[in-house]
Amino acid sequence: MITIKDLHKSYTMGANSLHVLKGINFSVQEGELVSIMGSSGSGKSTLLNILGMLDEADEGSYTLDGVPIKNLNEKIAAQYRNKFLGFIFQSFNLINYKSALDNVGMPLYYQGMKRKDRTDKAMAYLEKVGLANWAHHMPNELSGGQKQRVAIARALASDPKVLLADEPTGALDTKTSYEVMDLIQGINDEGKTILIVTHEDDIAHMTKRIVNLKDGLIIDDTSVKQVRALSHV
Amino acid sequence: MFDLERWQEILETISKNKLRTFLTGLSVASGIFILVILLGFGQGMQNGISSQFQRDASNRISVYSGVTSKGYKGLNPGRIIEMTNEDYKYLIKKYEEDLEFKSSVYRIWSGTLNFGNESGSYRVEGVYPDYQFLENEDMVAGRYINYDDHDKKAKVMVIGNKVKQDLFKNQDPIGQQVQINGVNFKVVGVYSDPGGEREETRAFVPLSTSQRVFGGADKVGNLGFTLKPKETFQKTLEQSVRFSSEIESFLKERHLIAPDDTSAIGINNTLEGTKRFYDLIGMIKTFFWVVGICTIIAGVVGVSNIMLIIVKERTKEIGIRKALGAQPLSIITMILHESIFVTAIAGFTGLILSMALLEVVGPNLDMDFIKNPSVNFNVAITTVFILVLAGALAGFVPAWRAARIKPITALREE
Repeated sequence: MITIKDLHKSYTMGANSLHVLKGINFSVQEGELVSIMGSSGSGKSTLLNILGMLDEADEGSYTLDGVPIKNLNEKIAAQYRNKFLGFIFQSFNLINYKSALDNVGMPLYYQGMKRKDRTDKAMAYLEKVGLANWAHHMPNELSGGQKQRVAIARALASDPKVLLADEPTGALDTKTSYEVMDLIQGINDEGKTILIVTHEDDIAHMTKRIVNLKDGLIIDDTSVKQVRALSHV
Repeated sequence: MFDLERWQEILETISKNKLRTFLTGLSVASGIFILVILLGFGQGMQNGISSQFQRDASNRISVYSGVTSKGYKGLNPGRIIEMTNEDYKYLIKKYEEDLEFKSSVYRIWSGTLNFGNESGSYRVEGVYPDYQFLENEDMVAGRYINYDDHDKKAKVMVIGNKVKQDLFKNQDPIGQQVQINGVNFKVVGVYSDPGGEREETRAFVPLSTSQRVFGGADKVGNLGFTLKPKETFQKTLEQSVRFSSEIESFLKERHLIAPDDTSAIGINNTLEGTKRFYDLIGMIKTFFWVVGICTIIAGVVGVSNIMLIIVKERTKEIGIRKALGAQPLSIITMILHESIFVTAIAGFTGLILSMALLEVVGPNLDMDFIKNPSVNFNVAITTVFILVLAGALAGFVPAWRAARIKPITALREE
């Protein structure tokens, strides 16, 4: 599903150049649930941003579902993001003046779907994350866990190839974190490919494979026995 | 533009962000409101001043005589100069082609009018029929003096509205006999004058009658002329000035007056005053326009500021939308569509409110120098469009920049 070869990325900060990714080789098969770990500054977020086409690599190749991702202009990047990727952020990033239902419908709006179809489909995904009764609430009326679940429903709405989650439990307490992870595991069980960036060990062990980054290089890449989040709740 | 989905999206955004919409709208609406009111009152002042100048025909040239202040060709200073019928006849013959209206005037001093028990002292003058137009008078009832009256030296008179009210109250004055200094005259007409009451406390009789009945012989007090207008105001003015100086030198030569004697013959050329008046009006209008344009600029700056703030405030939202697959163009159109919609609605609201105010207040406003303030609708509409366009342009730059922000940068914004 994802193949990355010899990926480099540097940032220029004033006179200094900061070499963040120093040659990443990495691939993900369909249906995998991968966590990317590393201390801050290890380059894990940068890697996720490049995977998410939110940022561009300086060198190396990136293939997503057989499509080479390179020389993207803004327009094509937006199309690919809409078609291939679903994002889950640490800070949820819901649009605060739109109801849960409209937030979930956003990616569908940019696919050009009609309002009625959009609402039906968004409702179905809200049901899936167990928030059908909260569909018409505004984000500020929802708890952190609920917000993240709305964000997950939104990420799923466009039926993407890959879900990318950047510290999805970073802003949540342990119990809520496990609930969210349970949901993510459930989605993965249905066959969706999911990448999670995290620095929490327990969260990482709820995935099927842990990739460890340090100073811009993969130092460790092992499959682990998945811990079901449900057993902790 | 007619994409229903986008309209829904925008209307929703607007309805969920009332304060932002209100502030944007307010700066546009108040800009238009102030501009229209300003232009309206500019027009009102113009109307007011114009009506003050409409007492007499705007191109009237009046000639009057006085007392010499300088000796000339052996004659002593202090000589009283009186113009005669001959002077008048010579002038109207010589300038027959150029003259539009013409009349000489014989003024009857201390004219006392009597009707029944009512009497009053009014300015009574003997004039030619053209004098109606030199004075810019409109007939309210009956007719003005005509050439037939003049030839027959008929004892008929035309009175002003105020004279009619003083002497006749509610009676019909036409056909009644009024005594001027004891001599009976028949009233044939009543006139009104845009100059108001002061101009309506006068009475006119045929020139020939006045000279005969009141001992004027062939003397005339003053002359009034208007010239036929030329193609342009400039040419009309030039001709008028030339005509004034020609009659001045003719009269000075004929009455043996020193060419540099300024008190013996006086010429009052209204057109020169009119030119000054139009210059004044022009300046007033320019002033209001400058103030108005400054208001619009302030409005545009206000809209631009708010657009900048809106885009700044929405940076994160834009990042989210881009992450979800919004293309740069859709971001730009979203922001512009919203700003154009809001400024247009607000602009027209300001326009309608201000025009309604002018409609309501305008006709009730009774001041000497402000009359019926109103505004040219096309001008007002144009300014609304300018403001909307400026708002769109002002919004475009930040929108364009926002659309170019990398979504990751926008998402990091807190």
